[in-house]
Amino acid sequence: MKKFFMYLTLAAGALIMLYPLLWLIGGSFKSNEEIYSSVWFMPGRFDFSVYVNAWKTVTPFSMGHYFLNAFSIILPKIFFTLISSVLTAYGFARFDFPGRKFFFALLMGAMFMPAIVTVMPLYLMWGSIGALDSYVPLTVPSLFAVEGTFVFMLIQFFRGIPREFDEAARIDGCNTLQALFYVIIPCTRPVLVSISVFTFLWTMNDFLTPLIMISSVEKYPLSLLLRLSADSTGDGYELCKLLAMSVLGLLPSITVFAIAQKKFVGGITAGGLSG
Amino acid sequence: MKKRTFHNPVGVGKFTGLWLISPFILGFSVFTLYPFLSSFLLGMTDIHGDFTGPSNYIDVLTSRSFRSAAMVTMRYTLILVPLKLIVSLLTAVLLNQRAKGMGLFRTAFYIPSILGSNLAIVIMWQFLFTTDGLVNQCLRLIGISPVSWYGDSGNALFIIILLRLWEFGSAMVIFLNALRDIPAEYYEAAKVDGCGSVRAFFSITLPMLRDVIFLNLVLQTISAMQEFSAPYMITGGGPMGSTETVGMLIYDEMFRYGDTGYANAVSWSLFVLITAAVLLLFKITGKLREENR
Repeated sequence: MKKFFMYLTLAAGALIMLYPLLWLIGGSFKSNEEIYSSVWFMPGRFDFSVYVNAWKTVTPFSMGHYFLNAFSIILPKIFFTLISSVLTAYGFARFDFPGRKFFFALLMGAMFMPAIVTVMPLYLMWGSIGALDSYVPLTVPSLFAVEGTFVFMLIQFFRGIPREFDEAARIDGCNTLQALFYVIIPCTRPVLVSISVFTFLWTMNDFLTPLIMISSVEKYPLSLLLRLSADSTGDGYELCKLLAMSVLGLLPSITVFAIAQKKFVGGITAGGLSG
Repeated sequence: MKKRTFHNPVGVGKFTGLWLISPFILGFSVFTLYPFLSSFLLGMTDIHGDFTGPSNYIDVLTSRSFRSAAMVTMRYTLILVPLKLIVSLLTAVLLNQRAKGMGLFRTAFYIPSILGSNLAIVIMWQFLFTTDGLVNQCLRLIGISPVSWYGDSGNALFIIILLRLWEFGSAMVIFLNALRDIPAEYYEAAKVDGCGSVRAFFSITLPMLRDVIFLNLVLQTISAMQEFSAPYMITGGGPMGSTETVGMLIYDEMFRYGDTGYANAVSWSLFVLITAAVLLLFKITGKLREENR
């Protein structure tokens, strides 16, 4: 009996959590009148022409163009983040050097630095070297281990790998970097996957940085395209098209989440990472 | 003075580690330290970029717009953060039981936090709260008269609070991981001693989670005080500035009015506010965290 109530509570909670998403998908097939008159998410009929329209977007470019934009920001960013975070974490986890404690404190401190304080000077800095309205401000910082969370997570993980592993590699003639690539990294694969997934999702969600750094419609990432579409939606506009565009805009994140789902909810989040 | 010895593998010098973390040192200097200091100095310039001393900071402290934005941000943070912690902790406790289907529920509660800050969701949220939107329709179904969400300055903030509350999954995951580390024997021993589950929650779970609760409290406070994108997209700061957070004020000053100096002075003031809030949290929870150590 107690169990029954527990399941009932959880099911009700899950329904509240997921219903807005169902409503969004259903709403993309509904007329305005239908949206505003019924709470049930299922549309009366499925007419996919709204998606054909949404794919065309409100700009001269198609949705495909914006998917490509998103990926050309995300892929370098993932690559850069992995390299720089792994090197930095390796240094902290395995080596002793002057100022080690001090730099570790900086790493932790930087995690608590509010982005809103640094974003304007960075805007001016990128402007002064003519890098605004390009993907440089969005991707290049990742080369420098700016995500302390990831570095911290990797340090924790590296410490769990027995030192004997890399010592053995050294005896076999590996140098510092070879020990990292042939011994440590192969053990770290699950963490690297979750870092990539989080970088993907956070980049898809990022709004403030592209809003400030990117100005031409052609280069917009998905988030700015959605903002543009929402802004050009006046009264009396068919809401379904905007909702359909939102669904399309969520597709990459949903796909990645679905693929990585097991890792997310399983043990890998142990590093203390969160959306 | 005793010379420090460095414990490194054979054949590794004391600078190898420094080389490895050099990307971080460079990145910290350029992307954190430099903007942080430069923001403070920029705060001392006027709209033409001429140095004016601390006048912007004095303006910020005395201006009505900053005071109002700071109040909105405080109100938002004070309502959102406790709610989010309570909901995420209780859900985590419910989900931590060994029972069928927990994995599915975990995913369901987690998804909104993954997608929640995506602009698509923010746009959707905007329409949930219109006069005839889903929320009001549901209220009508259960016999409550619909609420004017956007028209009333007391309600508009709740649209954003509810959006961020809906994303409690990230805090929940941190709690879930910590709950898993509490040895099951504690609960078994308590049960033998005749302790009910509510009592066990207060006497075992809460004290064991002390550090994680504090971590979540700090993380959520920092991110709540920076809130920008939801009010920007959903309410535009209105009605009557009731959702104009400090984050919005910074953006408006910089990109709407082009006043770099003032915007930076505001953002530095926000940094001071956030630091003060975190220090305050350390202070007021200090006793609680140190107990039974």
